[in-house]
Amino acid sequence: MADTFEYLLRLGDDRLVLGHRLSEWCGHAPILEEDIALANIALDLVGQANLLLTAAAAAEGKGRDADALAFLRDGIDYRNVQMVELPRGDFAFTVARQFLFAEYSLLQSEALQRSKHDDLSGIAAKMHKEARYHVRHAGDWVLKLGDGTEESHRRVQDAVNELWRYTGELFMTDEVEQRLVASGVACDSAALEPAWRAQVDDVFKRAGLSVPETRWMQRGGRAGRHTEHLGHMLAEMQTLQRQHPGAAW
Amino acid sequence: MAGSRATSNESRDSQWPLWEVFIQPAGGEPHQHAGSVHAVDAESALQNARDVYGRRGEGINIWVVPSASIVASTPEDMGPFFDPGNDKAYRHPQFYKTPQGVRL
Repeated sequence: MADTFEYLLRLGDDRLVLGHRLSEWCGHAPILEEDIALANIALDLVGQANLLLTAAAAAEGKGRDADALAFLRDGIDYRNVQMVELPRGDFAFTVARQFLFAEYSLLQSEALQRSKHDDLSGIAAKMHKEARYHVRHAGDWVLKLGDGTEESHRRVQDAVNELWRYTGELFMTDEVEQRLVASGVACDSAALEPAWRAQVDDVFKRAGLSVPETRWMQRGGRAGRHTEHLGHMLAEMQTLQRQHPGAAW
Repeated sequence: MAGSRATSNESRDSQWPLWEVFIQPAGGEPHQHAGSVHAVDAESALQNARDVYGRRGEGINIWVVPSASIVASTPEDMGPFFDPGNDKAYRHPQFYKTPQGVRL
């Protein structure tokens, strides 16, 4: 059960942190329709996180719930990949990161529909439907910006150059995951990479974008080693619950 | 004479083209006008319509139409177009008894 708890935290934290970063656009997006679109996607991700963290709390069996996990853990106990905690950057950075993550989530949720963990397979079916829309929306933007003006192309290429070294962590696996793969609960992250890369290459080609040559991939998020950005984000996100524990309305 | 045949208003805003959104509620009823969105092309118009109008379980299908494609009658047309029907009862099929069990 400890493995399952760990694995569900990883899935849930990825989406909670990314959902929060997206929500920071609310009221600040370039146009009204996009403001609503980003808020919708953020709500989808936070909804997925809620389901996953609820399942995680059940697996842990210590009486915590999703709120306790979301609002009362310190950064060192968070298990998200570093890519999702990076500040939202400009609009190009946001859609590039959303596209790269959504393609990953699409493949991962498709595989997890076959998980032997009943809650997880049900959650995965929902995640898959939502990821299909996220890929469509973010992918469309990457194409528009990449194949757009000189400025939009430069911005999205800069975003890809910055993000690329964080993408490797999505496909890193470890003993915890391998044990769960053997028991049919988890899907192998490394096995998702070829399909992900093929999809990303296809969209990038049409958008006129290139992938940087760097081979080095950042890592550490799955073990609680995060960038300096997560602490600041959690300070904002958790402040209400920490100042008024148990507050509800 | 064509008179006051109106096409949609000249868009005086500096934003992207305007599109009208129609949502079909569950049950196969006719699409209903839900509002409008701005978008650069058809695909993003569809996505914007879904994000702005389609997120609270309102429907199962979306149409988006460039507002400039909509041809509308004007208030001046209301009289010539719609009045003559009202006071001529013999034009309305209301003298038939509908057999029981027939649904209109």
